Amino acid sequence: MSIGIVSAAYIAAAILFILSLGGLSGQESAKRAVWYGIVGMALAAFATVFGPGMGNYLVVLVMIAVGAYAGQYLAAKVEMTEMPQLVAALHSFVGLAAVFIGFNADIEMSRVADLKSGLSPSLNAAGIMAALHDMGLAGFAEKVAHKTSTEINILKVEVFLGVFIGAVTFTGSVVAFGKLAGKVDGKAKKLPGGHALNAGAAILSVVLLVMYMQGVGSWTLYAMTLLALFIGYHLIMGIGGADMPVVVSMLNSYSGWAAAAIGFSLSNDLLIVTGALVGSSGAILSYIMCKAMNRSFISVILGGFGGTTGPAMEVTGEQIAIDADGVAAALEDADSVVIIPGYGMAVAQAQQSVSELTKRLRAKGKKVRFAIHPVAGRLPGHMNVLLAEAKVPYDIVLEMDEINDDFPETDVAIVIGSNDIVNPAAQEDPNSPIAGMPVLECWKAKQVFVSKRGQGTGYSGIENPLFYKENTRMFYGDAKKSLDELLTKISS
Amino acid sequence: MKIGTPKEIFEGENRVAMTPDSALQLQKLGYSCAIESGAGKSAGFSDAAYAAAGVEVVKTAAALWKDVDVVAKVRPPSDAEAKRLKEGQLLISFFYPAANKDLMELSASKGASVIAMDMVPRISRAQKMDALSSMANIAGYRAVIEAGNNFGRFFTGQVTAAGKVPPAKVLVVGAGVAGLAAIGTATSLGAITYAFDVRPEVAEQVESMGAQFVYLDFEEQQQDGAATGGYAAPSSPEFREAQLKKFRELAPEIDIVITTALIPNREAPELWTPDMVTAMKSGSVIIDLAAERGGNCKLTVPDQKIITDNGVTIVGYTDFPSRMASQASTLYSTNIRHMMTDLTPNKDGQVLHNMDDDVIRGATIAHQKAVTFPPPPPKVQAIAAAKPKEKAKELTPEEKRAKEVAAFKAQTKSQVILLGVGTALMLLVGSVAPESFMSHFIVFALACFVGFQVIWGVSHSLHTPLMAVTNAISGIIILGALLQIGSGSWLVVILAGISVLIATINIVGGFLVTRRMLAMFQKS
Repeated sequence: MSIGIVSAAYIAAAILFILSLGGLSGQESAKRAVWYGIVGMALAAFATVFGPGMGNYLVVLVMIAVGAYAGQYLAAKVEMTEMPQLVAALHSFVGLAAVFIGFNADIEMSRVADLKSGLSPSLNAAGIMAALHDMGLAGFAEKVAHKTSTEINILKVEVFLGVFIGAVTFTGSVVAFGKLAGKVDGKAKKLPGGHALNAGAAILSVVLLVMYMQGVGSWTLYAMTLLALFIGYHLIMGIGGADMPVVVSMLNSYSGWAAAAIGFSLSNDLLIVTGALVGSSGAILSYIMCKAMNRSFISVILGGFGGTTGPAMEVTGEQIAIDADGVAAALEDADSVVIIPGYGMAVAQAQQSVSELTKRLRAKGKKVRFAIHPVAGRLPGHMNVLLAEAKVPYDIVLEMDEINDDFPETDVAIVIGSNDIVNPAAQEDPNSPIAGMPVLECWKAKQVFVSKRGQGTGYSGIENPLFYKENTRMFYGDAKKSLDELLTKISS
Repeated sequence: MKIGTPKEIFEGENRVAMTPDSALQLQKLGYSCAIESGAGKSAGFSDAAYAAAGVEVVKTAAALWKDVDVVAKVRPPSDAEAKRLKEGQLLISFFYPAANKDLMELSASKGASVIAMDMVPRISRAQKMDALSSMANIAGYRAVIEAGNNFGRFFTGQVTAAGKVPPAKVLVVGAGVAGLAAIGTATSLGAITYAFDVRPEVAEQVESMGAQFVYLDFEEQQQDGAATGGYAAPSSPEFREAQLKKFRELAPEIDIVITTALIPNREAPELWTPDMVTAMKSGSVIIDLAAERGGNCKLTVPDQKIITDNGVTIVGYTDFPSRMASQASTLYSTNIRHMMTDLTPNKDGQVLHNMDDDVIRGATIAHQKAVTFPPPPPKVQAIAAAKPKEKAKELTPEEKRAKEVAAFKAQTKSQVILLGVGTALMLLVGSVAPESFMSHFIVFALACFVGFQVIWGVSHSLHTPLMAVTNAISGIIILGALLQIGSGSWLVVILAGISVLIATINIVGGFLVTRRMLAMFQKS
């Protein structure tokens, strides 16, 4: 395949990727959009494999076959509640691949440089090329050989940047995976020194970059990789579990930028385009998430909640418990019900029970809707996916802005495993760490039931005055068990 | 000082203002207590019980009035009693000062202080001495019991071997203290209870007691209950019409009607008209708690039970609390005791008549030879006034236009600044970077721009699929590995091979899981 056809395939792939992302604006068009993405990816890979400068087809074939099998196995097996972990794990792959590809570029560069210096100095430029080609340089290495010294310098920066971002993405994603999967403690943790450590590592990396440019040697690249790996680890360790939606989309963004940086170093426009698309999409998602939590992007990335300005408001009253009979009776009397799911529903795998409850209530002619906070769960849109899995129709699943005004007319609001996103302190207590964060105003409903495991505070450790409100009743227990018990009281 | 309670001389009054229990409490405040012989008999408290509580039992009323410093009574004093008041004496009783002006002036002229228990302001602090509420509570309860007494059926619905019994339907008009007590009693007996009140804000209280609030199809800005201290105010004729229409609709199916509607210092409003009575089923019962003030039903005869031609029983008793004298006396004497506690801040048995105190000032109608009724409005509002609803200001077209123009200008400004900064940066990069880099850089910048434009349109609920798709697409890094895998260096081949492997997992896994997710989204 000539370089022209490969370029044409790349253009088609780039357009398909853009259409694929744009198609996600609606549930129906999204189904088509995935196909655009798949076709685009197939086109790009196919053109590259059969394009100029390829070799070792056997290795390629085996690796793709094994990878494809592993990928489809993962995709088929994963539980919808485990989506956040899966996404984080996949990000780490992109990061790792970027690191390897960067290393390769460095290896090729030194190889070409060695070969060049071995040639007799009497050859002119064309002669050098011919000689190198005779020695078996092909593909990327040949491209490197063509570069002038300024271009090599720029290439070095690009490689360095690609490896840096890739390494941060890699360890960051691994830690995020660990936190989401519950293998690492979700609390924000920092080593002594905190941000200063990260800043120090970053400054040291810049120093190493300068040394690398001076031609000190490849070891600077590897040393920087270690530093970047540390930064990724330490950065994500310092971010609490409640901020995970932002972290995941941020890592998504990083993986895109890593791909784009690699694209620069390999002079591959498709890589650049796609990397930029992914990078900007992740950045926007992070921005949307941060806005939903009324937090500055910087403060989330730098970890932990901002300092409080004073003592938190005293919460008075007591949490009043209720049993399934009470909830069932209230639901029988209610005309409109709003369900607010949170991470607790995902943990308890209660989405099927929620769906069944919804079905039965709807069959009785009650208006049942779902209110989804943008940062509910551990992944942007996490709750939507879980509810969709349980066959809850998406047109009764509403966003915060769509439903917040309806709470005063709602008879019963059921909070299932969410905490901070329904915390009235965000509006009532200016000293609260989450002050100003938009929340679902479920306490305005005539009655609120909170399904919760125990009396403790949520992920962020903030006391929730909602639980003490007069119209709130606590429905203690594992969300799934409680709902199943409730289902026995509500006839189908 | 000595507190004394004479026997009530009003015909049929069974209550007494002091019980052995309250006497014990009063003694703790430093007072000595006295009671007229036989005063507590009708309420079930014997002279011996009083004596056992350390109360001096006085043979005659005259001796008692002469002997004590504070007289605690239930009913307003009769003329004869008022004449017995002496300089510096304190009388505590119900008084209804608005209706008993002469009596009030007589008492004041005698130099006695008078505290009217019915004038205790309705603020939280004074609830413990709110005798009206205590009595209304009893009246509401007793009204239901009285209704049950005159009603030939069960309250609760039953399915028995001998047939099915429908539940009784009870309508409570006026959801004040008495009304709420009646609602609570009726529902706990198993009746289906409806309730109506002109103050829509009490609907919540009504529903919390287990009754259904009867809403009218009527649009009117209702008066805020806070302005009248929590009491009902007279309603407009149109509102009244709508209300009567609703009642007419309900009348045929209601078994028991309990009316409690009173407006302070006015005759009771007519709410249950004769034609509604006619429409009711035979055997139905009407309990008119407003009988003393003319009744909410004009057929009501005060203090009597009548049966209409169509078999509806109308009970007009005015002495419901007195019919439960023991309970009523216990509550009333406790109210009095709380009043004395407030009057005795030092617990030394000396009355300190503090006219700066909202509660004491409000209840005092005569003090130091002067009539002190009506009191000034209390400093503390009984109920927090409802906040006026904030209304978004309607913008005039010109203002809107101006706003749009301003927003447009601001937007233009920020965009121009961004473009300027961007251009400057590009020029800076372009001045040092070689041409080959710049061509890629153009592609990069454009792609970023396209990404920003496209992603804003993605719906919130699809954020997880978006993450999965972008994740799959970021597997494009496989191209980099593929380009390198043809290298002559074995190390490069190995690293590139691993990269191809994990990038493939990423691509395949990402796309398939997205498909799985999207397939789940369905419309209802």
